[in-house]
Amino acid sequence: MKRLYYVLVENRSGVLMKVAGLFSRRCFNIDSLAVGETDDPNVASITIVSSGDATTLEQIEKQLNKKIDVIKIKTFKESESISRELVLIKVKYNKNNRKELMDICEILHAEIVDISKTLMTIQLCATPDKIALLMQMLASIPVVEVARTGTLALQKCHLDQ
Amino acid sequence: MTGADAMVKCLEEEGVKTVFGYPGVAICPFFNSILQTKIKRVLVRTEQNAAHAASGYARSLNTVGVCVATSGPGATNLITGIATAYADSIPLICITGQVETTLLGSDVFQEADITGAAESFVKYSYLIKDVNDIPRIFKEAFHIASTGRKGPVLIDVPMDIQNAMIQRFKYPQEVSLRTYKPTIKGHAVQIKKVFKELSRAKRPIICAGGGVILSGAKELLKDFSHKYGIPVVSTMMGIGVMPTNDPYYFGMVGNNGKAYANRAMNESDLLIMIGARVADRAVSQPDLITENKVLIHIDVDPCEIGKNVGPHIPLVGDISAIFEDFKNHDITVDYRLWNETLNRYKDEYVVNRDINADYPDPAEIVSKLSEEMDFNAIYVADVGQNQMWSCNYHIVKNGIFLTSGGMGTMGYSIPAAMGARIGSNRQVVAVCGDGSFQMSMMELATIKQHDIPVKIVIFNNGYLGLVREYQDKAYKGKYSMVDLTGSPDYSKIAAAYDIPYMKITSPEGIRKKIRAFLKDDKTAILECSIDPFCFAK
Repeated sequence: MKRLYYVLVENRSGVLMKVAGLFSRRCFNIDSLAVGETDDPNVASITIVSSGDATTLEQIEKQLNKKIDVIKIKTFKESESISRELVLIKVKYNKNNRKELMDICEILHAEIVDISKTLMTIQLCATPDKIALLMQMLASIPVVEVARTGTLALQKCHLDQ
Repeated sequence: MTGADAMVKCLEEEGVKTVFGYPGVAICPFFNSILQTKIKRVLVRTEQNAAHAASGYARSLNTVGVCVATSGPGATNLITGIATAYADSIPLICITGQVETTLLGSDVFQEADITGAAESFVKYSYLIKDVNDIPRIFKEAFHIASTGRKGPVLIDVPMDIQNAMIQRFKYPQEVSLRTYKPTIKGHAVQIKKVFKELSRAKRPIICAGGGVILSGAKELLKDFSHKYGIPVVSTMMGIGVMPTNDPYYFGMVGNNGKAYANRAMNESDLLIMIGARVADRAVSQPDLITENKVLIHIDVDPCEIGKNVGPHIPLVGDISAIFEDFKNHDITVDYRLWNETLNRYKDEYVVNRDINADYPDPAEIVSKLSEEMDFNAIYVADVGQNQMWSCNYHIVKNGIFLTSGGMGTMGYSIPAAMGARIGSNRQVVAVCGDGSFQMSMMELATIKQHDIPVKIVIFNNGYLGLVREYQDKAYKGKYSMVDLTGSPDYSKIAAAYDIPYMKITSPEGIRKKIRAFLKDDKTAILECSIDPFCFAK
């Protein structure tokens, strides 16, 4: 089972280490992790995607809550979330695959953000699934470098909210 | 006022009477400032024992223990003591000196990232970077260490911060920690459910852990058990929750516990775990324990509930507060038949131990020792076979039983006994093996220097007995690294420190020797030459 943890923490040095250390010490998985400041400069948000059985997922939430630097945790399933990842992919192109690359980008709404004679950089900001799909589509093309953020997520708004 | 003066002032504000420590340059400003106060300073002989001594002190008074070490190796030496306290939820404040703020991270002499290294063994830690934060941080640290699930808090103070001038010292009256609010009061609905289950149950049992003692709920537990006639068993950390001869107390559970205590727990239809972690040594198959019974789990730490076993009724809160709330309920129950059954199991229980008649029996020594000890004495067991004999044969009257339960740290007993004696001023007996004695025997100097009267019993069998026992079973008697040949002559060790020494070598006259050993309130060592091949059970 996959679970998303949106964790608000005190924005102090060493807090990320404490949170990440908790995961490694207790053998919890980290599928992805993203950190950033929030609207309040004293508060940072850590978005963690983890997986495990129900007991583990519950323990993760409890153990995170126990950390004194953790202010608040929201836990939700992927289906209850709006989640996005950003990926930058630098690929080698030539006149034979250039058209194909452009087609893939167009279909998946990816952008070409940089280009030289033989290299181009593709950017996609989308759900983790869609990013995985882009990576699959690019399987036959020589990829030079990939940089990818972790998943960022917020709980979906309820209609009556 | 310097930062160091402020640190000392904070300790005074918190009512600290004793600190255990070991100096080094990086903590010298603090040890200089403390000279102006009445706080007792106990110089141990290695930093680890400063933490153990602070732990014994804290546990003997149900207060916070304080230990102080320098940067680098001083700080890293503390870690085992901190981890030991963390595993048993003992409230400690561990103060370490640190290199100057501007040098942090540059690997200068005696620099160690102690807040990083100790992270998984502390409840919380601070690295002070502004001298004006000292009062707030100390206030918070004492609050965090001593509330909720208690535990060690580390404060790392760079030397320049200790020497810096503080603008205005004002010790805060209250803490404001938006993220730390332990649950004290149990949920009313859950408490109602407890009584509903109790009225339904035919065979209820309480399994009490160290949390009951830490919460200061011993008397409340006893009253509750007596009021309804609910039998009680305990974990190792729970030993002492009730006097051993209490009619409703049925001993320690677990691998190393009493068979009738385990049987009582297994045959119960309602198990109330209170302040216990359902740890592997107490409950070897936690998933099976709920098969035929209702499980109520009461703990101040919500993480412990459901970690090892999923309870039917979780109840989070401070144990004392919960027992106080229990007083507002009243039900009529009759568990006499169940108690009769358990008493029968207890009476039928025969100790099935192989005893070599040529040697004194450690079990007999432990029980006679506890019979002869003061009514409110403190018994400190070390780790190893001695701990097993202590758990099973020590008779708690109205005293305290201390040991390193969660971490199982060898060498705990002597420093913890020192701390317990300084704290409580009661009779304190440390019981160790020859292995664990040698891990802390340097503290005999501390005992002499500060005139701390503790009685030390050494079970000498020339082996690391519990490991040897394990190798006996797991490797068919192929021993490796357990032979303690080369150990000193303990009478000479005692003489070197000018400590009275006695010896038990035969099964005869044990009581007489114990009486002579305990006759005065002075430090003494009693060596017991036991069968090198005896087993813990």
